[in-house]
Amino acid sequence: MFDLETAANPEKLRRIAIDPVSRVEGHGKVTLLLDENNKVHQVRLHIVEFRGFEKFIEGRPYWEVPVTVQRLCGICPVSHQLAAVKAMDIIAGFGPLPATAEKLRRLMHYGQILQSHAVHFFHLASPDLLLGFDSEMTRRNIIGVVADHPELATQGVLLRKFGQEVIRHVSGKRVHGTGAIPGGVNKALSAAEQAEMRGGIDAMIKWSRDAVQLLKRLHHGNPEFYNRFGAFDSSMMGLVNGKGELDLYHGGLRARDADGAILFDHVDYATYDSLLDEEVKPWSYMKFPYIRAIGPEHGWYKVGPLARVQVCDRIPSPLAEVERQELAALGQGRPVHGTLLYHWARLIEMLHACEVIRDLLDDPDITGTTLMAEPGPRVEEAVGVIEAPRGTLFHHYRVDEHDMVSFCNLIVSTTNNNQAMNEAIRSVARQFLTGREITEPLMNHIEVAIRAYDPCLSCATHALGKMPLEVELLDAEGRLLQRRAHNMAGAA
Amino acid sequence: MSEIPNSFTLDGQLVPFEPGQTILQAALAAGHYIPHLCSSPELKPHGSCKLCTVVVNGRHGSACTAHAMPGQDVQSDTPDLNGKRRLQVQMLFVEGNHFCPGCEKSGNCKLQAVAYDLEMLNPHFPHFFPQRPVDASHPDILLDRNRCIMCEQCVEASRDIDGKEVFGLAGRGLASHLVVNSPSGLLGDSALEAGDKAANICPVGAIVHKRVGYAKPIGARDYDTLGIRAQARAAAEGEGP
Ligand code: SF4
Ligand code: FES
Repeated sequence: MFDLETAANPEKLRRIAIDPVSRVEGHGKVTLLLDENNKVHQVRLHIVEFRGFEKFIEGRPYWEVPVTVQRLCGICPVSHQLAAVKAMDIIAGFGPLPATAEKLRRLMHYGQILQSHAVHFFHLASPDLLLGFDSEMTRRNIIGVVADHPELATQGVLLRKFGQEVIRHVSGKRVHGTGAIPGGVNKALSAAEQAEMRGGIDAMIKWSRDAVQLLKRLHHGNPEFYNRFGAFDSSMMGLVNGKGELDLYHGGLRARDADGAILFDHVDYATYDSLLDEEVKPWSYMKFPYIRAIGPEHGWYKVGPLARVQVCDRIPSPLAEVERQELAALGQGRPVHGTLLYHWARLIEMLHACEVIRDLLDDPDITGTTLMAEPGPRVEEAVGVIEAPRGTLFHHYRVDEHDMVSFCNLIVSTTNNNQAMNEAIRSVARQFLTGREITEPLMNHIEVAIRAYDPCLSCATHALGKMPLEVELLDAEGRLLQRRAHNMAGAA
Repeated sequence: MSEIPNSFTLDGQLVPFEPGQTILQAALAAGHYIPHLCSSPELKPHGSCKLCTVVVNGRHGSACTAHAMPGQDVQSDTPDLNGKRRLQVQMLFVEGNHFCPGCEKSGNCKLQAVAYDLEMLNPHFPHFFPQRPVDASHPDILLDRNRCIMCEQCVEASRDIDGKEVFGLAGRGLASHLVVNSPSGLLGDSALEAGDKAANICPVGAIVHKRVGYAKPIGARDYDTLGIRAQARAAAEGEGP
């Protein structure tokens, strides 16, 4: 170490230090356990979770948290910012937000939904869906889509960019801006910014509609496959507003069982820990949340687009609502549970996000200048919940009398979907495992199932699609039969 | 030798000065920026950070403490001096815990502004990640030692302007740290008040007012539109004739 520091030209030497904040694992590992009859008995998806982050937050001042928690995720930082700030509004003692502040936060949030869903569908999912699951790995990426469907690829890029611009106008930066602060927001939207976004939104609505139509065409081409792929029954959970409509920014918790019956409704999310519990399993770093009243074995649930559009009674924007009804009709009165239908639901939400953005931009409140709520007495503990692109996101904090965070608990969307992802993989493995061999098609199908959930396996690298996938096959005695790895498709 | 009495040359340009001014004061008054961190117009210079080191008639010296003299030849904006300054700033970054992306001082921070001015692109050295206590005991002021660069401005401001001696530096070298003069050693038990100079002078985010972080949006922060060098120029022009 010291000879480096005393070297003649130290500025010419390079040192690599491991930053504990950026030390996130980018690795998906799946273990398939067989029974005596060589049928898939159990599946284990191993994900490294970011529990360390909670310790990082503890001992920090509360007003800093909405900004620093954004480092948790490179794709949905805004969701973390908003979930945290919703808790800190309460902790700091602020009353109800002025209309402008809440609408600006909503604008930023729906911009985040738009950009994240666009990245997911166009960059990560469309190569599988358009080019085929078993198409050549080197082509099964966005570059391959550009070659075969140039217009679509361009629209994908522009949809994402539009979402990023919405975020930038509210938060000051495309990623990791500030924007929301306890009690409101720090910046008004100028008329010029409003006009700029308003000028672009109609094209975004059209392209989002086109994307839904495209997905429907793909589905109609092979409905059986789409409906059955990775299908499994489960409960579903998401936020709804007071009228039971989809609301991705705020609402009460609602869950339905696999048949669509309401399990609980309009539950104040501040009571989440009496509603949900988290099970620890020895083989996974990530916990398994479940509904307490049902118990760990059957109480797990799905979150995210497919859960949300079926948990709500309707979507409060006309174009997306028409699409929701069409998706719902598929189940003939019963919810649908096919893993690939996540993509369909995600695109409906993307369309909804565009409609909401348009309506917010047309709302005179959006350029208002009353940005902060009235302060009141400090509170010790609060919960903030939001529907992040991948599903329900919980932030729970306690703050001591000196304004420092003394406790922090996060349940991220991917954790909420933990058991569901395992079930999806199990369903796919049962469908596509033949004999005792991990074939390339099996790998591909497992990969497609994981991707439908868009898990934050690794915040930084997964966006680039460079996540390596490793699958291992164990017999009934736990002996390793085979191990196979490949880089997930999507790497450009 | 310059022709105007009471002037010197800085990087080849003539800079006038008032008798008694330091090189740094005269340079700033004329709109020429010399990177500096530990000196402030309101305080007596003490020359601890060494960032303002210039070459005066061939010899290194601190611009914040060296008096301006007629006819001096001062070199400041040279690749060699700026390279050394960059290394100094990089060392400051790795010695403390400066996580700019989440820090509430970001955009308003002199350390960050100087780093940008010196085109520092990475920390170069491995981070020390020191363990440093945060003191949140004061109702209005947060002391986050993670970000302290030990410039001593709060120490001087408290002593010389507020007349309180709330802060002091203890320890040597890497063990140096800011201490608080109170029975418990905590800020909450000290005489510090939010309006004190010492509570408002920290160039980084080590002494900040509670609950107001991030209130200035990105785009409106101190160094968002004009860098620290351009601001020095603009300030001199604003005050000029
Ligand atoms: S707290 Fe701020 S002003 Fe005081 S020594 Fe540290 S960096 Fe300088
Ligand atoms: S500013 Fe001159 S030594 Fe710090």
